[in-house]
Amino acid sequence: MRQAVELKGRPASDGIFAGPVFFLEDAAAKRREAGDAAAETEAFDTAVAAAIAGLTVLVVSAEGDGADMLSFQIALLDDDALLQPARALIAHGRPADEAWRKTVDAEIVGYEMSDDDYFRARAADLKDMRDRVLRHLAGHGAHLAQAGAILIGDDVPPSLFLEADWSKGGAIALRQGSPSSHVAILARARGVPMVVGLGDIRPNDHAEAVVDGSTGLLVLSPDGPAKKFWLEKAQGLAERREQEQHFLDRPAQLKSDERIELLINVAEPQELDVLDPQHCDGIGLMRSEFLFRDGKPLPDEETQYRAYRRLLEWAGEKPVTIRTLDIGGDKPITGLTPEGERNPFLGLRGVRLTLARRDVFKTQLRALARSAVHGKLKIMVPMITVNAELEATARLLDEVVAELAQAGIPAERPPLGIMVEVPAVALAPELLREAAFFSIGSNDLVQYVMAVARDETSVASLSDPAHPAVLRLIAHVARYGAEHGIPVSLCGDMASDPRFVPALIAQGLRTLSVSPAAIGRVKAALAEI
Amino acid sequence: MSEWSSNSVIIRHEVGLHARPSVKLTKLAKGFASTIEIANAPDGPWIDAKSIVKVMAMKAKQDSTLYMRAHGGDAAAAVAALKRLVERDFDEDRVDAASG
Repeated sequence: MRQAVELKGRPASDGIFAGPVFFLEDAAAKRREAGDAAAETEAFDTAVAAAIAGLTVLVVSAEGDGADMLSFQIALLDDDALLQPARALIAHGRPADEAWRKTVDAEIVGYEMSDDDYFRARAADLKDMRDRVLRHLAGHGAHLAQAGAILIGDDVPPSLFLEADWSKGGAIALRQGSPSSHVAILARARGVPMVVGLGDIRPNDHAEAVVDGSTGLLVLSPDGPAKKFWLEKAQGLAERREQEQHFLDRPAQLKSDERIELLINVAEPQELDVLDPQHCDGIGLMRSEFLFRDGKPLPDEETQYRAYRRLLEWAGEKPVTIRTLDIGGDKPITGLTPEGERNPFLGLRGVRLTLARRDVFKTQLRALARSAVHGKLKIMVPMITVNAELEATARLLDEVVAELAQAGIPAERPPLGIMVEVPAVALAPELLREAAFFSIGSNDLVQYVMAVARDETSVASLSDPAHPAVLRLIAHVARYGAEHGIPVSLCGDMASDPRFVPALIAQGLRTLSVSPAAIGRVKAALAEI
Repeated sequence: MSEWSSNSVIIRHEVGLHARPSVKLTKLAKGFASTIEIANAPDGPWIDAKSIVKVMAMKAKQDSTLYMRAHGGDAAAAVAALKRLVERDFDEDRVDAASG
């Protein structure tokens, strides 16, 4: 039996999984028995065709950037300028895998040496394409993404994640990688445990392992008692997960069959790549911060318009609530957010900031009004404290809609609602009765009601979303909305936690917006109420 | 080689002739029977517009001029179609050029 090895990395996606390990580089590097030139040529052509076929299937299910990069790989594999040199080497007696690797690697060098970031980044796509063909040559093709295994490698390309069969569980453990990578986003959205930055993982004949995505742990060849401990933990989780999966396709409803509107919170559009719109009733919170990266130029109207439009097209007939830029507090952007604030959470953040930077706000509102013609858009304004802020925003929105109409650019004025996260609004919602809807941001509401900074571990125990003071405010807003015909939802983290769901329903809420990975468990929790 | 149809157009795309635009350009070029070539300069070097490997290797940047020429039965139509694609900014309806 192998000696147990415990490695600590960084958590990238929650969950525990125990199962067989699969070293990615083995699949690509595996030595083949090479045949003669004719056999190798045939093997090569078959592998390329299989890779193209696999990619073509993937393109259909992927969206946006994912699909574009897959199309790029298909185009490369369909280009004789790339295939010819490899075929020539094979004709001269080289094994197909060696010929292919040599040919693509020569091409990759050109990309890696570029002084252009964008061009350099494409080297990863070429490597992905190279390994894809190599896997087919090694006979691993479609089976690579073994169902129910822990994939171990340096890094994992998004295409491989999308290709894998995660229905029987599985996990990802990477030597490198980052919690903010595209794959990590997909893993969180899909609920696949993932750990990154584990450093040197030696294959050493390890056959099985455990990944704990919440603590960033990888245990290779766990010994008797440890194995039992982890298996039980993983099994409990897997069973619960399986039960929750059953709920995915069903509508969200209570035991009494009363329908609950279940929306999702989205931070990165890529999350939608692995989501079926049928599993939810729409997007309850699309954070627009993904367009505004610290250190990158501000997105122009066209860029924003295209991004918003894509979200609306994904959702089809279902509503999409996009929140206007919510930075400041713990989310600084150099050049936009103020510097040196003593208490940024009580400072110039959310709508306070966007009203101070009208140029930025106006560009965003224009892009939103233009995208509104492509679906059921609602605009949500964060950190509203007084009605004057909502009025100013509404005036600005009216202004851009009028400007667009005058210029003959198609646009609509979407309903304008607010986040309820400042206690003043939760206590006196009647002052904001002009809002088209209320969405309770419980994370900030708890922070302001309990006077606990969100990122301060020493006082974390005070941060209780179920504190009667918080629940009373939620009930108050829900009641006011019900009595005055203003839709009320809750989009904070507590809605994704099954422990709090009964309390939220008890306070009168009938619309919840949750993280995509929580859809199943929240539906399961609702069915028990 | 006298019967080349040729034209030129300025690339406005924000990251230049990169993966996504190149895929579209080569796909369009492949739809024509004519030999189609593009270049960074009026006197070449000319490269095959149907090869994504070669088109990408041109590394044509934003605001640079793309020269194109074709010869064959549908040469004039091919050059016109390519020019229109570049002028339409490659029909981009998506974002994230920076992350893509």
